[in-house]
Amino acid sequence: MRVGVVTFPGSLDDVDAARAIRAAGREAVPLWHGDHDLRGVDAVVLPGGFSYGDYLRCGAIARFAPVMTEVLAAAREGMPVLGICNGFQILCEAHLLPGALVRNHRQRFVCRDQRVRVDNSSTAWTAAYGDGQEIVLPLKNGEGGYVADKTTLDRLEGDGQVVARYLGGNPNGSLRDIAGICNGAGTVVGLMPHPEHAVDALCGPGTDGLGFFASLSGRVAQPAATSVTASRASTSPTP
Amino acid sequence: MARVVVDVMLKPEILDPQGKAVHGALPRLGFDGVVGVRQGKRFELELDGAVTPERLEQVRAMAATLLSNPVIEDFSVRIDGEPEA
Repeated sequence: MRVGVVTFPGSLDDVDAARAIRAAGREAVPLWHGDHDLRGVDAVVLPGGFSYGDYLRCGAIARFAPVMTEVLAAAREGMPVLGICNGFQILCEAHLLPGALVRNHRQRFVCRDQRVRVDNSSTAWTAAYGDGQEIVLPLKNGEGGYVADKTTLDRLEGDGQVVARYLGGNPNGSLRDIAGICNGAGTVVGLMPHPEHAVDALCGPGTDGLGFFASLSGRVAQPAATSVTASRASTSPTP
Repeated sequence: MARVVVDVMLKPEILDPQGKAVHGALPRLGFDGVVGVRQGKRFELELDGAVTPERLEQVRAMAATLLSNPVIEDFSVRIDGEPEA
């Protein structure tokens, strides 16, 4: 299974994301923001960082990078896409996920190991976890407050599209403690905490993040409506 | 040459921590009587030639596509030197 990692100007966590993908036994494939080419990958990770210096709004310019045309088209065909931190912001700016991420409510950049609960373990990226499983992931953001209108929030909750929630206090003002959401098919996931920094106990809070990369099954490019079932049917072993 | 101004503001219901920080600083500097501050962005677009209704429509499209995020922000467009269009 080949998993692409996009590097934009200002990406920081692309190397860690590639390392996490390899740690989960998948092949990591570097993708370049300026290429109209996904190099035949089966899934894509949009990594954290400050693409284009966070100019204008976080993710607003990266959204229009040439490679994103291909990512958006493939995502709409059912290809799994995981956006972490800045990647989550890009997915929201691209309207692949609803809502937006705004400046933290207390104006402080947050950097800590954060307890998170996995609320939906049937997405393409969370199948290795159990529903309600509590994990610890590094969280580091200045604009990580998830906002959406009430109708959207109610719909996300009702349809099980809240993938993860903050535990032990809300770090950034995200509405309803939302740390991550997915699209209706469960193939596209946006996450503010960083699972790629929690794949090795030597240099992270543990290995709780490995499951995001181990969850990916070999089944890809399913029609959007059946993707959730497909990922459920072929759950990868828990790391 | 003509200049078109696009103002982008967070929607009223979105918390604005930057505006709050500015608001908090004003009394410390001795400026009283300000009950709220909201911070936004102003874009000045230099266009070649005259501003036609079509060009203005094009600027509105730019504002809705790139300059603002309609999920969290509102924008207004006006020709520099004229009241808001």
